[in-house]
Amino acid sequence: MGKVAIVDSGCANLSSIHKALLRAGITAFVTSEAKAITGAAGVVFPGVGSFEHAAALLKQKGLDEALLQCAAAGKPFLGICLGLQLLFSCSEEQSSATNRLPSGLNVIPGKVIRFSHGLPVPHVGWNRAVPRYRHPLFEGLPDGAYFYFTHSYFVQPENPGHILALAEYGHPFTAAAARQNLMGVQFHPEKSGPAGLRLLSNFGKIIADPDLL
Amino acid sequence: MLAKRIIPCLDVKGGRVVKGTRFVNLRDAGDPVELAAFYDREGADELIFLDITASSEGRRAILDTVRKTAAAIFIPLTVGGGIDSVEFMGELLQSGADKVSINTAALKDPGLIQAGAARFGSQSIVVAIDARRVKSAPPEAPCWEVYSHGGRYPTGRDAVQWAVEVEKLGAGEILLTSMDADGTLNGYDNALLAAVAGAVSIPVIASGGAGTLQHLYEALTLGKAHAVLAATILHYGAYSIRSIKQFLSEKGLPVRPVNRYAFNYLPEEAGA
Repeated sequence: MGKVAIVDSGCANLSSIHKALLRAGITAFVTSEAKAITGAAGVVFPGVGSFEHAAALLKQKGLDEALLQCAAAGKPFLGICLGLQLLFSCSEEQSSATNRLPSGLNVIPGKVIRFSHGLPVPHVGWNRAVPRYRHPLFEGLPDGAYFYFTHSYFVQPENPGHILALAEYGHPFTAAAARQNLMGVQFHPEKSGPAGLRLLSNFGKIIADPDLL
Repeated sequence: MLAKRIIPCLDVKGGRVVKGTRFVNLRDAGDPVELAAFYDREGADELIFLDITASSEGRRAILDTVRKTAAAIFIPLTVGGGIDSVEFMGELLQSGADKVSINTAALKDPGLIQAGAARFGSQSIVVAIDARRVKSAPPEAPCWEVYSHGGRYPTGRDAVQWAVEVEKLGAGEILLTSMDADGTLNGYDNALLAAVAGAVSIPVIASGGAGTLQHLYEALTLGKAHAVLAATILHYGAYSIRSIKQFLSEKGLPVRPVNRYAFNYLPEEAGA
């Protein structure tokens, strides 16, 4: 298996995900170079913090083009937390400068919305993700395995077919999304114990054999 | 629905675990990294390091410990003890901690909670509250006073009001220790837990007093806690995390199961 690029957009501590990938048997490197990303065998795209800020950083560093190129080339791609959200069209997270909704990479149609059900936000802790259909990313995991979440926003794909797994917090929400080579999880596999490591090792298997998708 | 969390707490001093090493059969049971990895494998949902030294050498030591631990475990890690600045919070989070827990410094300067939450997000900021029952309060209307400096000095603050305030300031979680119950093994102060948990909407971690599995169950039900900190009951008791979770699960509480297959489903490191 070739190496996996961990995209460094300057807004997350990447050592946890790096260590977790290694533990899951995946050789990875952290990079903010467009060339290194497009040349990698697979892409892991983590992120925490504000959608608008992260989207701006991607643009500023010219990484948005590289990520779009990877997406179009069919390269296995795993977004994590904000990295999942940035795959979508736009976020309703309030834009500081303009009245427009800040836009993401727009490779999965849909938007990013905030929990507004009166339960504590952010949603932090261990919750169950139930896949809606068989997918190699969840291979070998029991239905409803617990993963560690910490977020205030969640993605809502326009096409329900892109909802890979659901979790429940006041109402069902998308815990994982997938569109062909593009996969994303709202939880943190690097903080989710053995279940998270298994999911990462499954991602490695997909890179080694993209026909699994 | 969120799982109820079981959180082992390790007292670390100068890079060594100073309590809670008795029964664990490890090559070096005083090594926080090994002990942390052990609890991760056992099924702990999170870990808390309480660093008892706040000297500058102590700070370098805890940063180093956090770095090594974060590389060895794959569950969230909280670090507390002597944290008194946004800069030090940042260093701990950069070193791999997921949350920082502040106590005395927040009592001195509540703005620290706000500053930390603004910079790192509420999910990274835990406020620890050490509370003691006010002896003169009538039993039918109990109240609790907040203590600082590891429970040494009374602050005059009411625990429930302080909890409400720290939530407003941006704390993401409250770690609530009953100084009366701590070390007794007679059970948590469930009235204190319920009073605080009922007054805030952020999670409350129960601490102090657990001696039996029933005590843990009571803190999570009567006390309305979202998580239980386990120190003595794990380190010196006869209970494993597996047995705790099995008990709670049989009682109908949602817990993240510790399954045998858990580590089998890793290709290489099975049983490592």
